[in-house]
Amino acid sequence: MSRTPLDTVEHAAETPDVELPWAELGLKKDEYEKVVEILGRRPTGAELAMYSVMWSEHCSYKSSKVHLRQFGEKAPQSDALLVGIGENAGVVDVGQGYAVTFKVESHNHPSYVEPYQGAATGVGGIVRDIIAMGARPVAVVDPLRFGAADHPDTKRVLPGVVAGIGGYGNCLGLPNIGGEVVFDACYQGNPLVNAGAIGVMRHEDIHLAKASGTGNKVILYGARTGGDGIGGASILASETFDDAKPSKRPAVQVGDPFQEKLLIECTLEAFAEKLVVGIQDLGAAGLSCATSELASNGSGGMTVTLDDVPLRDSTLSPEEILMSESQERMCAVVEPSKVDRFLEICDKWDVIATVIGEVTDGDRLEIFWHGGKIVDVDPRTVAHDGPVYERPYARPSWQDALQADDANKLARPGTSEELKSQVLALVSSPNQASKKWITSQYDHFVQGNTVLAQPEDSGMIRIDEETGLGVAIATDGNGRYAKLDPYAGAQLALSEAYRNVATTGAKPLAVSDCLNFGSPEDPAVMWQFAEAIRGLADACQQLGTPVTGGNVSLYNQTGDVAIHPTPVVAVLGVIDDVARRTPVAFQEEGQLLYLLGDTREEFGGSAWSQVVHDHLGGLPPKVDLERERLLAEILISASRDGMIDSAHDLSDGGLIQAVVESALLGEKGARLIVPDGLDAFTFLFSESAGRAVVAIPRSEELRFNDMCGARGLPVTRIGVVDGESVEIQGEFALSLEELREAHEGTIPALLA
Amino acid sequence: MTARIGVVTFPGSLDDRDTQRAIRLAGAEPVALWHKDKNLHQVDAVVLPGGFSYGDYLRAGAISRFSPVMETVIEQAKSGLPVLGICNGFQILTEAHLLPGAMLGNNHLHFICRDQKLRVENADTAWTSDYVSGQEIHIPLKNMDGRYVADEHTLDELEAEGRVVFRYLARGGATNEPGNPNGSLRDIAGITNAAGNVVGLMPHPEHAVEALVGSGRTDGLPFFTSILKKLVNV
Repeated sequence: MSRTPLDTVEHAAETPDVELPWAELGLKKDEYEKVVEILGRRPTGAELAMYSVMWSEHCSYKSSKVHLRQFGEKAPQSDALLVGIGENAGVVDVGQGYAVTFKVESHNHPSYVEPYQGAATGVGGIVRDIIAMGARPVAVVDPLRFGAADHPDTKRVLPGVVAGIGGYGNCLGLPNIGGEVVFDACYQGNPLVNAGAIGVMRHEDIHLAKASGTGNKVILYGARTGGDGIGGASILASETFDDAKPSKRPAVQVGDPFQEKLLIECTLEAFAEKLVVGIQDLGAAGLSCATSELASNGSGGMTVTLDDVPLRDSTLSPEEILMSESQERMCAVVEPSKVDRFLEICDKWDVIATVIGEVTDGDRLEIFWHGGKIVDVDPRTVAHDGPVYERPYARPSWQDALQADDANKLARPGTSEELKSQVLALVSSPNQASKKWITSQYDHFVQGNTVLAQPEDSGMIRIDEETGLGVAIATDGNGRYAKLDPYAGAQLALSEAYRNVATTGAKPLAVSDCLNFGSPEDPAVMWQFAEAIRGLADACQQLGTPVTGGNVSLYNQTGDVAIHPTPVVAVLGVIDDVARRTPVAFQEEGQLLYLLGDTREEFGGSAWSQVVHDHLGGLPPKVDLERERLLAEILISASRDGMIDSAHDLSDGGLIQAVVESALLGEKGARLIVPDGLDAFTFLFSESAGRAVVAIPRSEELRFNDMCGARGLPVTRIGVVDGESVEIQGEFALSLEELREAHEGTIPALLA
Repeated sequence: MTARIGVVTFPGSLDDRDTQRAIRLAGAEPVALWHKDKNLHQVDAVVLPGGFSYGDYLRAGAISRFSPVMETVIEQAKSGLPVLGICNGFQILTEAHLLPGAMLGNNHLHFICRDQKLRVENADTAWTSDYVSGQEIHIPLKNMDGRYVADEHTLDELEAEGRVVFRYLARGGATNEPGNPNGSLRDIAGITNAAGNVVGLMPHPEHAVEALVGSGRTDGLPFFTSILKKLVNV
């Protein structure tokens, strides 16, 4: 059916008084007025669709921009940074001519509505960001947060999310090497599904999202465009312009990993033949985003004929085509002489590819439909000149009371028997229990380069078979710490990820983040957000690891109740020879266990306080970034020089959690002695930062002690790898069998 | 001299590069074959790698079985060309009726990825001669549709003719994982045809060829050294 009259630019100019549904599309009145001012007339329906979606919080970062600037302003000098914030993903030099791109993104809201597809398309989106940089994707990681483990809805959301991540990532042939799974009632109505990906390329293969060169062709390739993920545009199309429309469509997109796999292969083949001038994936805001970003980052303008877009549903209106978030699509800018070869490669992979437009020498983005011009805008005003808000923020009134509720004053175990039962309670609690039931649903072998995968401290991938060059990635975040102190919480997330990378023997290089918070319209949430960014930017500056990109997810709240502020930090590291990697598992009986770092009475936000007392209060562990740096240097040197055979970072759950994990993975027990100056409880459960446990062959003990002594890192010998149980001398012993049952039984019992 | 071993890439193949690497590490020459090309380019043997060819649409392996390259593979397998099907490749071989039976969804309905203990039941095939019969090995397993089924008569025949090549075993030791990962009948992990030139299995030997990566074991390497020895000794 045809729509009459077509809302062309001309028609818009002639009918200034037509009311458009800008409010339904999520624009504020002043934002709509700004659009009218920019255009000098009312927008057409298609233009309104583009502005509304590109000026949304998700695409424009309008609430977060003023704070995110700190990542640039405080960026440390780093020779490693090749491409920084602003592109599809950051790119880091890892040596030997290789560059690595990585990024973490959120897909929180769709994953709550439709767990399988929400999570699956989250993987698809982040992987396309990686391909768009010119890289072959080599691994994915998935930091996840759900409501209480025993809540009935968790049993709906978690298995769907895990199956979606597996179903999509496994079909793409990407090893899943890391991530986290955290349960907390605060995520009940707002699960956090963050997805990260890493890609590898040669320096000369880096590609950027820009359309340059007058006459170059704009090619849309991949899946046909359908009605999925349209959301607001359906309102525009069906209610205002065309009452005969059949139905509203689901706002969650549906993924097809097979199509994406073909897209990866054909894109990489086109890159290899140097056929691509600029490239952009189609994610949020679909063609609106891809065309306006390509055009605004390039030197010229662009014309697009929407009639040429291959459709899955022929009844789609032009507004819907512009806003569709159908998955597995990309947009490339190709020189005219190379178009045939590009199309040939797409045909080889059975990927549909269509020339939909051309780069022009003007500075306008013009879009045509049925012969009429329905969009005529300066693309920069769509992509970059969105509103910027200085949202009010204020330290919440309850923050003092929360911090005064000191976890260090909670009742501690009075007997050895009580200590033992609290250890069992800890290692079997959902957050501390083995996540094997989840991670065994992910392929971590494919591509044949996985050196380490979860539950190791960081995932590690070999990128050069000859030299053994590899990269490591860890993601961490602790919403409980961040709730107690968002500035310190963000720094602790970075500290932990940084430490995790170093624990495996890799040198931390750069950071990506996914900042998950409640509503920016709540000054308390905005304060948490501002504090977390300030903390993270300061810490990145001090540790010399620049933020290369990332993602902000706001409005994670149900009614007035926001999630814990949850900055998730990914750290990427490099290792010269993956043969030197340090695993978590105990390797050999008789090796000596050393505790590195200082242990203090720090229980605020701890796993112990949560498991034993269901308590959240006090202050999180003290941040000491110089200590983190020193510890990392020691761990990296010890790995390179073959002084340690296993290592595990200490974080939530403290020392006992780390030792139990190393023992179970290595199928070897440990005998521990409580060091002088510490009580058994603090020794086992404290969550002081800047610590790790290492296992040292006896022959290396002297050399290791000398190194730590010379560099000023406090180390304490705490025991030996030995036997079939974890024993704390003078306190208790727990057999590996008992520990395994406790640690590995919990998650299957709750979810299987 | 060495042997040329072809590895077919279908749309959606995932372990094709890994398989090429395993062939190279064993000392043979990997040759990439394309699903649309009927020509096998004079290879001495063919591996159908793992993955989700054609997105597993319809049934795993159901569409790939009709691709041009498979016409030649089916024809030549019948006259003795050694063919190994790994995971999705095994599914394709059953769809192509080069091997009997079929794979259904895992009985627990989840994708499963783990290092799997197996017993080598038949060390006389083209692909297993470097093992000894009864040897216990660990090979990574990763699939959604890995449950081997066939009618009782076929199963009895496979057993009687020694055509069950691998069986799932419980890992033993401290972990208490059940041995059979998916409900496969008679714990069958891999089988061969009567002539012993066509072998299919669900686990992935190409992920167990280097001590440093994958499962950290090299129990899968003998697949590729077995075929190499057979071909160069011909």
